[in-house]
Amino acid sequence: MIFTIHNKIERNSIVLALGIILVSAVGGLVEIAPLFTIDDTVESDPDMRVYTPLELAGRNIYIREGCYSCHSQMIRTLKDEVDRYGPYSRAVESQYDHPMLWGSKRTGPDLARIGEKYSDLWHTRHLNNPRDVVPQSIMPAYSWLLKNDLNTRDLRGNLKAMSRVGVPYKDSMINLANRDAIAQASPSSGDVAGLIERYGQATSVRVFDGDPQRVTEMDAVVAYLQILGRLTEVAHSDTSVKFDSKENVASAEGS
Amino acid sequence: MSVSERDKYTGHMTTGHEWNGIKELNTPVPLVLLVFLSAAFLFALGYWILMPAWPLGDTYTKGTLGFDQRQHLAKQIEKNDSEQSRWIDPLVQLDFDAIQGNSQLMAIVDESGPALFEDNCAMCHGSDGDGGRYFPKLNDTSWLWGSDPNVILQTLAVGINSTHPDTRIAIMPGFGAAGVLSAEVIENLVAYVQSISSSHNTSIEQANMAGKEAYSMYCAGCHANDGTGNSVVGAPNLTDDYWVYGGDTTALTATLTHGRKGHMPAWDKRLSLSERRILTLYVLSLNQSVVTGDKP
Repeated sequence: MIFTIHNKIERNSIVLALGIILVSAVGGLVEIAPLFTIDDTVESDPDMRVYTPLELAGRNIYIREGCYSCHSQMIRTLKDEVDRYGPYSRAVESQYDHPMLWGSKRTGPDLARIGEKYSDLWHTRHLNNPRDVVPQSIMPAYSWLLKNDLNTRDLRGNLKAMSRVGVPYKDSMINLANRDAIAQASPSSGDVAGLIERYGQATSVRVFDGDPQRVTEMDAVVAYLQILGRLTEVAHSDTSVKFDSKENVASAEGS
Repeated sequence: MSVSERDKYTGHMTTGHEWNGIKELNTPVPLVLLVFLSAAFLFALGYWILMPAWPLGDTYTKGTLGFDQRQHLAKQIEKNDSEQSRWIDPLVQLDFDAIQGNSQLMAIVDESGPALFEDNCAMCHGSDGDGGRYFPKLNDTSWLWGSDPNVILQTLAVGINSTHPDTRIAIMPGFGAAGVLSAEVIENLVAYVQSISSSHNTSIEQANMAGKEAYSMYCAGCHANDGTGNSVVGAPNLTDDYWVYGGDTTALTATLTHGRKGHMPAWDKRLSLSERRILTLYVLSLNQSVVTGDKP
């Protein structure tokens, strides 16, 4: 029966075109409609930190090297994942990720909570040649990260672009992006105080790659990896899943 | 217009299209496909009714089962915790001697230890605890902070030179870089330290006695007069044959010149107390000769 109708539709180009639009609209609807409820489903955290320029530079290198094609940054609400990686990812945690790096495939482990799990030295040696620390690793070596000086020229424009898409970078942060990037990997520099003032006490200021003389791409990548999962504590607090809308509070009380 | 007719060979209708005498069959969709298509459709219909499915403006259809992935996970974890409390409680409450004397609890340690170790510790210390340069070997009898399980448990909780407020702190100063010792004195020291280590064949007589003097002035405070180290401050034993940062002349010179500051992260936020206690016992069991006496 259904095929008789299909036969008729097929032979009428206008009806066929309308039918195609209708069916493909379902796909669009399923992707777009949840955005209308984004205020109800995304937790808010007014204390969430933004990426520092050095971390943002590391993130750019993470994208450049294609790390996301083997590593996800998304712990799903499944028991085995929570057991292994820690609390499941909340939407707010990637609020300032443009683009998001949730990934869709794990050849290596998930990195959403890798921050401060291992030491800077381990990350540096591991990125330089994974086999040095994990003999059975199949990850490629990224030895040029230690050789390349970090290009800080583009950071100012980078922060500006981020602020245009909604990341709350202040003008002072944008203007001093280059200096802040260098300062974060140079603990003895006089610019550290300003960096801390702009980005908060929790900012890690260290020689990430073990070489205090230079700021390399390795500094940036390690700084980025060490902040993953640490921009907000929302996922670690059991009860503090806050929502903006009153409706959810009401439904939570009702249930 | 085309006229469809029944094909005498297959029994199916034709579409009525004809090209130079060749007619196009209008073979119906196989029944099995129809059955599966209908079943899938019915499943989807049922799913829409039972589970959260359709977006409706600023809300969505919740489904009659009221299923929620987060609540489901919370229930799973709760169930899991209550089932595991049978052995987690004694692991947390009993002291280490009692646990080591209980074969059932040690069976749990033997079973969960390797998975926990592999996922959290093996990255630096190696799958079998062999360690590597900069990362201490765990399956031997050399312990930087001592082999008492409570000490290991504490190290696991707060880390070494970590970001934890109560972190253990162990820093080897950079005597050369700070200008305290000249290159010549460092050279003498390296020779002396190698002479007291069982990893080198040089005897103390062969080493420069100036090195011994410098040793008692600058090194003995932490590493002890006889070089056996001090586990209270995490100063390594220099007389055995194990080196964290290498015992060859180049490595030792670098250590004395630039200092060393290892970093072990704190695990108290990442691993539960029971997991840390399991790891403590597992790490101790990596070297069988250390615990043969205690093991059931």
